[in-house]
Amino acid sequence: MQNNTNISEFNTETLELVNRIISRYPEGRQKSAILPVLHIAQSENSGWLSSETMDYVASLLQIQPIEVYEVASFYSMFNLQPVGNCMIEVCQTGPCWLNGAEDILAHFEKRLGIKPGETTADGQFSLKAVECLAACGNAPVIQVGIEYHEKMTTGKADELLEKWQSENKCSHTNPYL
Amino acid sequence: MAQQILLKNSDVPGLASFEVYRKLGGYASVEKTLKNFTPDQVTDEVKKSGLKGRGGAGFPAGMKWSFLDKSTSNPRYFVCNFDESEPGTFKDRHIGQLNPHQLIEGMILGSYALGARTSYIYIRGELFYVLRIIEKAIEEAYANGFLGKNILGSGYSLDLYCHPGAGAYICGEETALIESLEGKRGNPRIKPPFPAIVGLYDCPTVVNNVETIANLPWIMNNGAEAYAAIGVGNSKGTKLISACGHINKPGIYEIELGLPVEEFIYSDEYCGGIRNGNKLKAVVAGGSSVPILPAELILKTAKGEPRLMSYESLAEGGFETGTMLGSGGFIVMDETTCIVKNLLTFSRFYHHESCGQCSPCREGTGWMERILHRIENGHGTMKDIDLLVSISKHIEGNTICPLGDAAAWPVASAIRHFRQEFEDHVKLQKCPLSK
Repeated sequence: MQNNTNISEFNTETLELVNRIISRYPEGRQKSAILPVLHIAQSENSGWLSSETMDYVASLLQIQPIEVYEVASFYSMFNLQPVGNCMIEVCQTGPCWLNGAEDILAHFEKRLGIKPGETTADGQFSLKAVECLAACGNAPVIQVGIEYHEKMTTGKADELLEKWQSENKCSHTNPYL
Repeated sequence: MAQQILLKNSDVPGLASFEVYRKLGGYASVEKTLKNFTPDQVTDEVKKSGLKGRGGAGFPAGMKWSFLDKSTSNPRYFVCNFDESEPGTFKDRHIGQLNPHQLIEGMILGSYALGARTSYIYIRGELFYVLRIIEKAIEEAYANGFLGKNILGSGYSLDLYCHPGAGAYICGEETALIESLEGKRGNPRIKPPFPAIVGLYDCPTVVNNVETIANLPWIMNNGAEAYAAIGVGNSKGTKLISACGHINKPGIYEIELGLPVEEFIYSDEYCGGIRNGNKLKAVVAGGSSVPILPAELILKTAKGEPRLMSYESLAEGGFETGTMLGSGGFIVMDETTCIVKNLLTFSRFYHHESCGQCSPCREGTGWMERILHRIENGHGTMKDIDLLVSISKHIEGNTICPLGDAAAWPVASAIRHFRQEFEDHVKLQKCPLSK
């Protein structure tokens, strides 16, 4: 897998962003910045949080590593295992289910040859079944990185897959930039 | 056409920019309020308007503000709850994406009323692209003197920031949101003390929903009386309804509270009727957690009166025959829908989203999901149906936060109104509606 790299530290530009975020919270409350900083760290570490990455975040925020682990393991957007270059998240909750979400998920499974929670052998795609993305009026909905794709059809899924394959799509980009 | 407070200029190109928003009269309420109103007068105005919290609980907003502890010299915080995650609800995204300045304008008014010098918009992490739109709008508001030090020369200063969540429905519960904002797991706190006394960083805090806050500019521009003149009974003002499911025109509608449900579902101005000319089977009127009602009870109360889109009318009959306005997440199901399968997706959702703190919720949501899975797939027994009812009763009221109730109500109500369909699954040993 190409995704086992670990960030050692952020570059200057990212550090400036992190410091700007930390400054939004009162003196001594820098722990508040943990979610935004974990989002950034995950994007810089190929879409997942290794323990080394979390330790680095702990050092940036001057908190104990366990404080980062317990938070990272609580929130569903953080991946604690390596993931593919492009993570496809398919909403499966009621309103999307009413409008054919199962067909969309099954189509991705068939096209990619993987089940939710798995990654293709070439490391390009991961599939994840997620809960309500709050876009129910345009169901069914999927999310890739910070993009939403709404009113999904199997045809649209094919078009997107083709596009992502040809451009070697990466969904792990710094969400702030 | 109903009065439009929140969607009025939605179609105007570039509304998300300061320039366009300002040309349409944006930020006038800040100019007026900082000049002519004391903070307590703003609170009084909001109280008089009758505005209720639009996140789901429907607690009067002005009253919530009035609980704020002003006896200490601690900082006070005003926090916007933009953790929109209740299945069926997608109205706040619309405001944040298309009309972010109206939310910011409301944040300034609320912060001024409460004496907050730093305020946060907590937005669910999946909506990072909306966060970026709001952050850009905040930058513009700073550049034009509506945020930052000494706003419009009033002496009042305010900093406003966005804070992303990271995928946790529970953080829409205000004390879990506060924990999350402090950089912790989103475990709800035991109340009391309420956030108005001990909130963010142990300081007095008010948390309000996006839509609640976006109403404030109109209220301050037009006065509490004008706002209270809209609507019916104690349901004042307009409400965003996000309609989805098997309707011809899913989308976000701003209604005057009191609109008949039948008109909302069938009129071309709103949902435009059921898809493919199908028959209406059931509606979940206020987000996945409120009780589901069969067609006959959503259109008319048990007394035979037309059901209205209002807090009171939807609740008419209690949970036996009524439901709740909730968040305004209006999920419509036609005759082809399997109620058991729909419920299974809801129960899986609550099981996934339970924070795990209270055992009735942590264990019970998992049991309910597994039993529903069994019934839907033809392995259920008649006893399973009663077991579901029993579990839902043992979760309800026995947890720190309302997630337990939110998980229990859909199960209890689906069995109350559609028991036959559960029994049919058991008898046929399969889903009668499966393909």
